[in-house]
Amino acid sequence: MSLFEIQKLTHSFAGLCAVSGFNLAVEPHELIGIIGPNGAGKTTVFNLITGVYRADEGSIKLEGKELAGKTPHAITSSGIARTFQNIRLFRELSVMDNVRIAHYGQIHYSPIEALFHTGRFYSEERRITNQSLDLLAIFNLDNLAGEKAKNLPYGLQRRLEIARALATQPKILLLDEPAAGMNPNEIIQMMEFIGWIRKTFSVTIILIEHQMRLVMGICERLVVLDFGAIIATGLPSEIQNNPKVLEAYLGEEVVQ
Amino acid sequence: MPKMTSTYTALLSRWHTLSGNPFFWPVLMAAGLLFCIAASAFEILDLYLQLILIYVGINIILTVSLNLINGYMGEFSVGHAGFMAVGAYVASLITIHVIPSGAATWLFPLAILAGGLGAAIVGLLLAIPSFKTRGDYLAIVTLAFCMIVKSVLENIEAIGGPRGLLGMEKLTTLPWVFFWTALTVWVIRNLVFSNFGRGVLSIREDEIIGDLMGVNTRQVKIIAFVVSSFFAGIAGGLYAHALQFINPRMFDIIKSTDILIMVYLGGIASISGSIIGAVIFTILLEVLRPLGVWRMVLMPLMLVLLMLYRPRGIMGLMEAHPFKPLRDLVTEKRWRRKKKETGHVSL
Repeated sequence: MSLFEIQKLTHSFAGLCAVSGFNLAVEPHELIGIIGPNGAGKTTVFNLITGVYRADEGSIKLEGKELAGKTPHAITSSGIARTFQNIRLFRELSVMDNVRIAHYGQIHYSPIEALFHTGRFYSEERRITNQSLDLLAIFNLDNLAGEKAKNLPYGLQRRLEIARALATQPKILLLDEPAAGMNPNEIIQMMEFIGWIRKTFSVTIILIEHQMRLVMGICERLVVLDFGAIIATGLPSEIQNNPKVLEAYLGEEVVQ
Repeated sequence: MPKMTSTYTALLSRWHTLSGNPFFWPVLMAAGLLFCIAASAFEILDLYLQLILIYVGINIILTVSLNLINGYMGEFSVGHAGFMAVGAYVASLITIHVIPSGAATWLFPLAILAGGLGAAIVGLLLAIPSFKTRGDYLAIVTLAFCMIVKSVLENIEAIGGPRGLLGMEKLTTLPWVFFWTALTVWVIRNLVFSNFGRGVLSIREDEIIGDLMGVNTRQVKIIAFVVSSFFAGIAGGLYAHALQFINPRMFDIIKSTDILIMVYLGGIASISGSIIGAVIFTILLEVLRPLGVWRMVLMPLMLVLLMLYRPRGIMGLMEAHPFKPLRDLVTEKRWRRKKKETGHVSL
């Protein structure tokens, strides 16, 4: 059995089929890329996995446990975290609090204990604060811990978003276009960064990307989506020469 | 000019050291309570001044509790007067009909508590369906709630109908108001600076992302709404027993607007701001009384100017030093030092 298994995932918006019959099996520590033209349904797949949308059909299983139909916070607690195409941080809150909020599910004291500042409240708060600072230090963001998230430069905001996702202690990390809006130099840096994250935090990564350079460089396996359906899967080198993929990207005439 | 700035920094750091002292709050609270007891027992302050202070306290309770919803959570509720009405009627009915008049002084806190619990239950019943809506829609739902409460109260003859309710003893004294105000501030402050409070903040910033980061947003919203309406009920009970007379018209949308003004005057998402807002609003309303009708011109004008020049209110999104948790201050020092060492930020 795979770590993470998606079967026959289907979703439509008011009759428009966004994803149909999406299958995917992920082994531990894999790095999988989902590619496809604009509007192919890549982000919808992420939204279905994380529970933002409820799937019409299909099952999503993490370590054998069914996730489809659960609320987003329950899915996050069972070990799936994500980032966003357009960065979505808690903009008015400090870098520190952005990461601390992501620890929400791991803190075990009730609001009543928070009222009376019990021993458990203090020990848990200290643990979470130190954990957050350590995590920020790994990402070289600890010197900015008190800064508002919106004041960070673009690249650091991306980095913070990944740090925040990792703070939920995921088994699977979903990255939605991590290199959006980056120049070739930064893309190379991002490639190394993603590889490094996988090793350091030993997570399985699924990423959506437009930048072919990044996908071909680091992904072990690719899934190509077009009009909500998988048209090809395989190694990056296989995908590159797959006529169906070329057709989806460039059009029928060019391929012929 | 530089001399003045240095005096200011010196005073500020003096203030920070003082408020960081573990005895700061206990001493302040004890002194406040003693003053209130003395003021009401020996009439150090005349009754008029005492009444104003009572109003200040009640308004602080209302403002701090509404700020949890409108400031920290970023929703827009205009139903606070409705919860206040529920608390006022429940507490009043208990002191009039249930509690024997001899024991009234001692059982008064229980009546107030019952008022708060009544409001909390109504808050829960309202929260469960209405938090499926957000923003403007929640404002409309709470507005409707406010109207429903008023017309229900107007149509129950047993509790006076539109004429209102009379016959409560004057049980709201300055020490009691001080106690309930301190309790409210303490509860809201400790909730805000906890895991729960961070969940509340995440809802304001981006509810979907909050949920995706593991926050049970629905639960957090309902708890916040119940806590907020509980304290509105407490304030209502105190208000009824300070005035010794209530009628449904006191708790209409105008009353809610007053509370909203205090919240946005003092500043959203700030406990110190709420206190400042409530104090300024209440006292200004009294000071400007000689102006008569013009008072109602001046107050809105002040609000307009405030929104133009300081749209987040006096203390918007900021917190005064004594309210911040010690742990956060320590962490803040740590990153400031680190920032100084590193000098610049590298990508």
